[in-house]
Amino acid sequence: MHKAQFQSPLYPYLLLLPQMAIVAVFFLWPSAEAVRSSFFLQDPFFGNETFVGIDNYTDAVTRSDYGRAAWFTFLFTVVVTFFSLGIALLLAVAADNVLRGQGPYKTLLMWVYAIAPPVAGLIGIMLFDQHIGPIVDFVALFGWDMRVGVDYWDTGIAMMIVATWKQIPVNFIFFLSGLQSIPKGVREAASIDNPSPSGRFWTIIFPLLAPTSFFLMIINITYAFFETFGIVDVMLKGEPGNNPVTLVYKVFLDGFRGNDLGGSSAQSVILMVFVLALTIIQFRLIERRVHYT
Amino acid sequence: MSQDQIAVTGKPAVPVARPASATGAGFGAFVRRHQIVEHIVLLFGVLLMMGPIAVAFTTSTHDPVTIHSEGMQLGFGDNFLPTYEAVIFEQTGFTKQVTGWGMSLNSLILGLGFAIGKIIVSMLAAYAIVYFRFPLGTLCFWVIFSTLLLPLEVRILPSYEVVQGLGLLNSYTGLILPLIASATGTFFFRQFFKSVPNELLEAARIDGAGPFRFFWDILVPLSRTMIAAIFIIMFVVGWNQYLWPILMTTDESFYTVVRGIRQILQVWIGADIPDYNEALGLAIIAMIPPVLIVIIFQRMFIKGLVESEK
Repeated sequence: MHKAQFQSPLYPYLLLLPQMAIVAVFFLWPSAEAVRSSFFLQDPFFGNETFVGIDNYTDAVTRSDYGRAAWFTFLFTVVVTFFSLGIALLLAVAADNVLRGQGPYKTLLMWVYAIAPPVAGLIGIMLFDQHIGPIVDFVALFGWDMRVGVDYWDTGIAMMIVATWKQIPVNFIFFLSGLQSIPKGVREAASIDNPSPSGRFWTIIFPLLAPTSFFLMIINITYAFFETFGIVDVMLKGEPGNNPVTLVYKVFLDGFRGNDLGGSSAQSVILMVFVLALTIIQFRLIERRVHYT
Repeated sequence: MSQDQIAVTGKPAVPVARPASATGAGFGAFVRRHQIVEHIVLLFGVLLMMGPIAVAFTTSTHDPVTIHSEGMQLGFGDNFLPTYEAVIFEQTGFTKQVTGWGMSLNSLILGLGFAIGKIIVSMLAAYAIVYFRFPLGTLCFWVIFSTLLLPLEVRILPSYEVVQGLGLLNSYTGLILPLIASATGTFFFRQFFKSVPNELLEAARIDGAGPFRFFWDILVPLSRTMIAAIFIIMFVVGWNQYLWPILMTTDESFYTVVRGIRQILQVWIGADIPDYNEALGLAIIAMIPPVLIVIIFQRMFIKGLVESEK
């Protein structure tokens, strides 16, 4: 903290006023409302409310479609995180090694970052379309009759592929900047010690990247949970039917389509607790990261 | 799990070493000197990342009947002008009031409003937190901090009700303000202000500069690159908003391009031959502004991304 600071009875409050007002109205109030309404049963027609304790929670969690969505979200998160990190690391290591053309490669590999998830989803459903999709034609060569939008797992796999694709650039940028922040001296020392590039990678470079990887893992889990909403929504064409949904998408469905305010709020609160836990882990890791870099 | 990981992530290094022993020192040395393996990996990466966009674009230049009967197209078609003319200027949607151009303007307002609003609000707040000592300072800091814990997605329904209660549905204010509530920008500027040397403030105070002078004449000019970097990130984030505009805007004249993507799907359902070309055309239109910004200001963008996520 700064030792020399201003003293003023009024200034700091004036400066904080816009931020605090926005936070209070659009964050604190709705969050409190979510927690409150998760304990009530609402009547959508008359607006009556009955206090039901934790019934909304037990109802939400014990319903079979919740269990199904939770399981899908788990698999979705694991697959998307694992493959987008893996492919991005592979590309970042290659880009870090090449002497020529690094600039163009970097640009071409990172700009998909700027594409909105639903836009990626739209291109995805075209590529996986029953009539016009080249990917469906391709996998048909191997005898896989892929029916995205009809078959539960085919749709799920298509969503995972699009979500992974969309997340590669962010991971690539962080891995590459992590690799490039490793001092030249360390690399030179490593190459004298260990002439095999693969050995060098696993013994020296990869451990040095570990903090970046942990940090990215949290970022990716958050992405798979929340930011994939647009991909899921577009790839289902707004019609979930017998298709897989993520937990966040289910909050939206139950709240806006099903008019189940209490149930939707209870699911929100469960997700809040989850994000809270993730964020605490993230901040602990950031503290540790300081020591590495 | 760990073996899989090695199989996936170990690729860059392993093949470089192998050819040398397999096919003799000459070829191996050649492969290594010219980094052939690295280039092959990168070219595959480029194909993976660019391929879908390229196919989306070339397909959008064909007419729907061709696409419907022959699938997505790799070659450039002769329907480029009609497709994009329709996407940009033709009135679409249920009320026939909205064009691609109009939606792009809404996206621009959302992107700019979000980025500029966020920068102003968060710079002021960060300035108060870092440069002033006042009783409620720590409390305010933790309240702002708490917004990082809960993304909008987990409190959509109550947020919607609050905005509805305030009468802000179908308005730019209702679209932009709730998105500014997250404190990422405040944290970014707080980190930066804390790295500014103390001596600057001491010198400014000796010269008789008050809080306002110091902020405007010293801190803002010092933060120029940071402001630019965060602006680029926030513009892209704002332009790409999807969930919030879906909830907030029922009036089609407030639709953003990304919101329009959902609309085009609704029109699609029930059509014999959907306008694939127009759907893809809208996708291309939706990605051009943020992509251009990211490519043109690449260096600043990477700086903003890596610094703000820390």
